[in-house]
Amino acid sequence: MEKFTEFKSIVTDPYAYCRKYKEETGKKIVGYTCSYTPEEIIYAAGALPFRLFGTDEGIHRADIHLQSYCCSLIRGVLEEGLSGRLDFLNGVVFPHTCDTIQRLSDIWRLNITKQFHIDLVLPVKLNTASARQYLIDILERFKKDLERGLGVKITDAALSDSIKIYNQIRKLMMRLYTLRALRPEILNGRDLHSIIKAAMIMDRQLFLKTLEEIVPQIEKDPAGKIKAGTKKLVLTGSICSHPDIYDIIENAGGVVVWDDLCTGARYFEGVLDEKAPPLEAIAQRYLDREICPAKHAGLTDRGESIIQMVRKHSADGVVFMLLKFCDPHAFDYPYIKEMLDRENIPCMLLDMEEQLPAGGQLQTRFETFIQIL
Amino acid sequence: MKKQISEILKIIGIFLFGKFKKFTMRFKKSNTMKDIMMVYYSEAKSARLTRKKVAWITSGGPVEPLIAMDVIPVYPENHGAMIGASKMGTGLCETAENMGYSSDLCSYARADIACSTVNGGPIGGLPKPDMLVCCNNICGTVLKWYEVQARYFNVPLFVLDTPFCHTGYSDEVASYVRAQINEYISFIERACGRKFDYERVKKVGHLSFQGQQLWQEVLDTAAHKPAPISAFDAFYHLALIVTLRGTPEVIDYYTALLAKMKDRIARGIGAVPNEKYRLLWDNIPIWHRTRWLYDKFASHNACLVADTYTSAWCGTMKYIDENNFVNSMAEAYTRIYLNIGVDEMAKMVIAMIDKYDVDGFVLHSNRSCKPYSFGQLDIQRIVEKERGIPCLMIEADMVDERSFSESQISTRIDAFMEIIKERKKHSPANARAKG
Repeated sequence: MEKFTEFKSIVTDPYAYCRKYKEETGKKIVGYTCSYTPEEIIYAAGALPFRLFGTDEGIHRADIHLQSYCCSLIRGVLEEGLSGRLDFLNGVVFPHTCDTIQRLSDIWRLNITKQFHIDLVLPVKLNTASARQYLIDILERFKKDLERGLGVKITDAALSDSIKIYNQIRKLMMRLYTLRALRPEILNGRDLHSIIKAAMIMDRQLFLKTLEEIVPQIEKDPAGKIKAGTKKLVLTGSICSHPDIYDIIENAGGVVVWDDLCTGARYFEGVLDEKAPPLEAIAQRYLDREICPAKHAGLTDRGESIIQMVRKHSADGVVFMLLKFCDPHAFDYPYIKEMLDRENIPCMLLDMEEQLPAGGQLQTRFETFIQIL
Repeated sequence: MKKQISEILKIIGIFLFGKFKKFTMRFKKSNTMKDIMMVYYSEAKSARLTRKKVAWITSGGPVEPLIAMDVIPVYPENHGAMIGASKMGTGLCETAENMGYSSDLCSYARADIACSTVNGGPIGGLPKPDMLVCCNNICGTVLKWYEVQARYFNVPLFVLDTPFCHTGYSDEVASYVRAQINEYISFIERACGRKFDYERVKKVGHLSFQGQQLWQEVLDTAAHKPAPISAFDAFYHLALIVTLRGTPEVIDYYTALLAKMKDRIARGIGAVPNEKYRLLWDNIPIWHRTRWLYDKFASHNACLVADTYTSAWCGTMKYIDENNFVNSMAEAYTRIYLNIGVDEMAKMVIAMIDKYDVDGFVLHSNRSCKPYSFGQLDIQRIVEKERGIPCLMIEADMVDERSFSESQISTRIDAFMEIIKERKKHSPANARAKG
């Protein structure tokens, strides 16, 4: 499909897209680090929200600021910032996530001063009335900080337009995910990964337009049936910056039918109430969404929702993709595994370093796991 | 049945021991840390017998409301430090790793999680909690750790969420944390089954504030040359301001300790026999190597006179209104050392460098503590630029001995001390003294 080629080129070189976008539209770009970023507000301000993915190559600048036991994601993001490759950004926003991102924000503020810098200190608790109120208050502050940073006024009309666009994107992405969970053969994991990544880079209106074209096409596509015996998997973790994983799983006889990733289902899940006051609607989605393990809602919420994902999509097993030095996910792994064991849901732990283990080795591991399913 | 009886007998034994100890302590002029901690732990461990409630609380958590309600606070982090100091950390950490916890996770958390299941460690495990109180002003790790324990013990968990203050304390944060203080009080009321004692908490608040003042005064004595107290002593004496903050025992103990330090100053006695070089320590102690590090630095006539860690328990007194403790504690607990931006931390480090007149800065890059350690390299650079003193970064872990390379660290300390000695020889102050 022609559109995929477009997505792929954007995803392969997001910086080129951003520079060109700025040049052509004169619009501003705001970088962000986490899926709790209220992108709706940034887009309503006439700027493009751009997710910082980092790099795993040629890291040396970040090592001057971060010790060896920092995760590769944050090290890679800082490297990109320090290298000057992100100079097209007009501003950056750091929503409060984990201890590491919290310090990344400080280090960024002290060392990279070309852009405006906003800390959005979200509540860690997401299950109380006072946390909800604080979340709304802090979004209000964020809106003001952003107006100052970008030198614009964000109108309610712009906010509700932006919310409508995001709602459309989320609905379509959910449709695509649901469709693919039923008929995984219609789209391979790598292509789906490209679409999701493009959703965090491209101008959202243009992205929506493209999505509106391709989703019905994919739906109509009677493409080849799923191979008999293909095992359905749920992938859980923080982010997946290695699209190769999907190929390896598919080659090993499996397919990822759903995920619990910050750069996956968690990113587009949940639709905003268009009738509610905008900031309250944004806050409500964060309260209702599947949570990131760095946040607190209940004691077993993540475990339960992963089991539900498995049941709902008739998955055969779960793959934990744990980024080395990611504390929140590492703390949750033993209890979720225990819950899965009790439900007789097989799972596999994949420890991720900066680079993936050699292809063949990983393929064998997946094959072994998939064979027992 | 037999097991239950022996368990009850054990508790009665612990209870009687505590009572006896407390009785004998009344006749002593000043009590030792060991005595006080023994009574404290025996009271906590026999809480089932005395029908008192036990709350596990994070080291930076608001303990005063618990004390006002006769709840015995227990500190897994203090327990972690004890495990580390008694060199039992590696074994317990390995147990946690076998339970599925990554070896990269905080070693306090790993040791404590493991200890709950095996009742191991130097004091045979902590008494079971009736409730858990987690304040995330020190890190996000405590949240995950307390979630683990809340699932394990199946007891209520209260999370006091203190938003991070990168560049200041906003009105939104103030009202959020203040609202949670009320929720916290309701939580304690539910757990204790009675109304909160607002009169009593005033008294506890005063004692807490007084304890913090005294602790600061004790630490301040290190500004004297030679310093009568070193950071290593402070690591030891710290236990009370952490665990018994808000009780009269703290006041008595630190009053006596302060008198002792003043006496040492009067007599010119230093913590290190021939103090020539003064150093500042950053981060949590390497609990399993405190003695070794003291000796190592002392062999160079160097004294670690102050640290950023022990002063954290008296670092926010400026935000406390002694006469309105409950209202002001929201801000005081939110703006602690670890919950502020790297630049503000650097400012505090520089103030300490000046106050204690130190010649060098030793930073423990602690694999277990990301919020304390990430940003250290920037703090080091700021210190080098602003004060021009040599800095040394040691990578280790507070509890897990596997991350400690003795010979390498020894060599690096020697090299660092050589630089300091060289510089001091040529410093203007020294040149003046020589005339």
